[in-house]
Amino acid sequence: MPFSPNLDVRVTDTSLRDGSHAKQHQFTEADVRSIVGALDAAGMPVIEVTHGDGLGGSSYNYGESLVDERVLMKAAVDEARNAKIAALMLPGLGTKDDIRACRDLGVSIIRVATHCTEADISTQHFGLAREIDLETVGFLMMAHSVGPDVLADQARIMADAGCQCVYVVDSAGAMILEDASERVGAVAAELGNDAQVGFHGHENLSLSLANTILAIRAGAVQVDGSTRRFGAGSGNTSCEALAAVAERLGISTGLDVMKMIDVAEDVVRPIMDGECVLDRLALTMGYAGVYSSFLKHAYRAAERYGVSGAEILLECGERKLVGGQEDQIIQIAAELAAATVGVE
Amino acid sequence: MTTAAIVGSGNIGTDLMYKLLRSTHLEPRWMIGVDPNSEGLRRAADEGLETSAEGVDWLLQQSNLPDIVFEATSAYVHVRNAPRYQEAGIRAVDLTPAARGPFVVPPANLLEHIDRPNLNMVTCGGQATIPMVHAVSRIVDVDYAEIVATVASASAGPGTRQNIDEFTSTTAEAIEVVGGATKGKAIIILNPAEPPLVMRDTIYCSLPADAELDKIDRSIREIAAEVQTYVPGYRLISDPQFDEGFHADGRGRVAIFVEVEGAGDFLPPYSGNLDIMTAAATKVGEEIAKVLVAKADLALEGGS
Repeated sequence: MPFSPNLDVRVTDTSLRDGSHAKQHQFTEADVRSIVGALDAAGMPVIEVTHGDGLGGSSYNYGESLVDERVLMKAAVDEARNAKIAALMLPGLGTKDDIRACRDLGVSIIRVATHCTEADISTQHFGLAREIDLETVGFLMMAHSVGPDVLADQARIMADAGCQCVYVVDSAGAMILEDASERVGAVAAELGNDAQVGFHGHENLSLSLANTILAIRAGAVQVDGSTRRFGAGSGNTSCEALAAVAERLGISTGLDVMKMIDVAEDVVRPIMDGECVLDRLALTMGYAGVYSSFLKHAYRAAERYGVSGAEILLECGERKLVGGQEDQIIQIAAELAAATVGVE
Repeated sequence: MTTAAIVGSGNIGTDLMYKLLRSTHLEPRWMIGVDPNSEGLRRAADEGLETSAEGVDWLLQQSNLPDIVFEATSAYVHVRNAPRYQEAGIRAVDLTPAARGPFVVPPANLLEHIDRPNLNMVTCGGQATIPMVHAVSRIVDVDYAEIVATVASASAGPGTRQNIDEFTSTTAEAIEVVGGATKGKAIIILNPAEPPLVMRDTIYCSLPADAELDKIDRSIREIAAEVQTYVPGYRLISDPQFDEGFHADGRGRVAIFVEVEGAGDFLPPYSGNLDIMTAAATKVGEEIAKVLVAKADLALEGGS
């Protein structure tokens, strides 16, 4: 079943949310206005704007925002003519008050994210969102770390709480082809007509676009991407490449391919600090199954403590850290540094 | 000895019972639940406590009433029970998020509210982190303090999960009111790793540009040692990490890393988040008992 009568798949651009990690949360209002305006004109149906770690994410632990995310969301709502504006929230960090504030700003979609085994911490948030007429999306993060059956059960908890589309989220960019389609397929089978299924990929093993197409074939009708791959780790699925590939495959997304290619080059790229590349640390994240937004934190900690960033990330994988545990990166780096001194 | 009742025969109530049984100031005499088949009530009966599954109504009908009641039910239940305890002259130590009385975190403000009829134990994350915020704020002004509490998924019950917003808002408020930070923020993370990981907490505090770091470092170690007197599994896992000039305006930042391993009385040792609640509540109960005993002694002297 397609997303809607006009659209096989609905794409959400996350460059102004996942890209916030790559930009170290330094977006300005002007950045938001130019990206939203350009994507809107290229046919992007949904644009997500929030601190990289979701509502309330501006903090010591995740990085302080240069501009209050509410100012940025307001600017996005103001600039968009056809696109809907979405916001991300993580229970345990953001609260119901943040969701109410989003609605008041004109945000129309709330995306509630939990670790893939902890869906039941989102029930009060989905309940509230539906009450105040927000469209709802659920994010099961680090979905590579559990099997399809576990994921399907967790998706059911979200759907029963009021979630209208449950995303399989490859936060670590660790899924390899069938890893994505089997998980999406299991969630789709569980949810049937009760809720839609989505997929959010990362490029850390260079497979985000391939995984996204396999997810669509397995039943995903909403998928995420970031224009110019502007996201955490080595970035997300490229929206402009997705637009081109989907068109060739006869999957309608409503995106104008040539306009998207231009937006990526002329509007988004100049705002990025650098390209999102598949370098040593990004690839290590995909290989070790580490949450993508740890990347910049690992770089900073490696520099501050004079230790190896790759070693920090491998240790994060070893300790099975989940999204949000950025504090432990400093602790691990301090421990590695102390161990080095001990050896000398 | 000062007598105590435990209301709520779940995990927290049962773990608390074992701690109270070891206390030299408190005598746990009653355990009240609502489910006659609960493991907590059975264990309490085994330890020689009087038990009832008929709730607080039963307790308040007894000819002998406890001096102190420890409430380990839910915020909803405690809101209803709190006025009844007060009417009966029973002191309440509240382990729920109901917050009918002032927040108490032992090293920060144990004695400040000790005469109040109802004391609230904040949250597990608050008990683990606010002592550290206090350790910094007693030396320098703390404009902003932020805590990250990571607990094992297996140690977070349905109450915590369905009310996770209450954890963040209550803890943030107590970081300000008790911890002494101008602005507080709290983050909680559930980690499902197997075997379950021991509770970890990170405490960040902003520091003035001219802060004397060695004084702060010493204060942190002193308060950690003080917490260890009632939570033996509380420890700093790294040296406090100072970042001078962290902010563009010259202010610095300290990051403090702690681990809380439980005593394993009833709950598994990884659930230090639950252990620190029952251990802190025991500590508060003992201080109340000391005050009550001192008052009784005074009354006796006055009468002779």
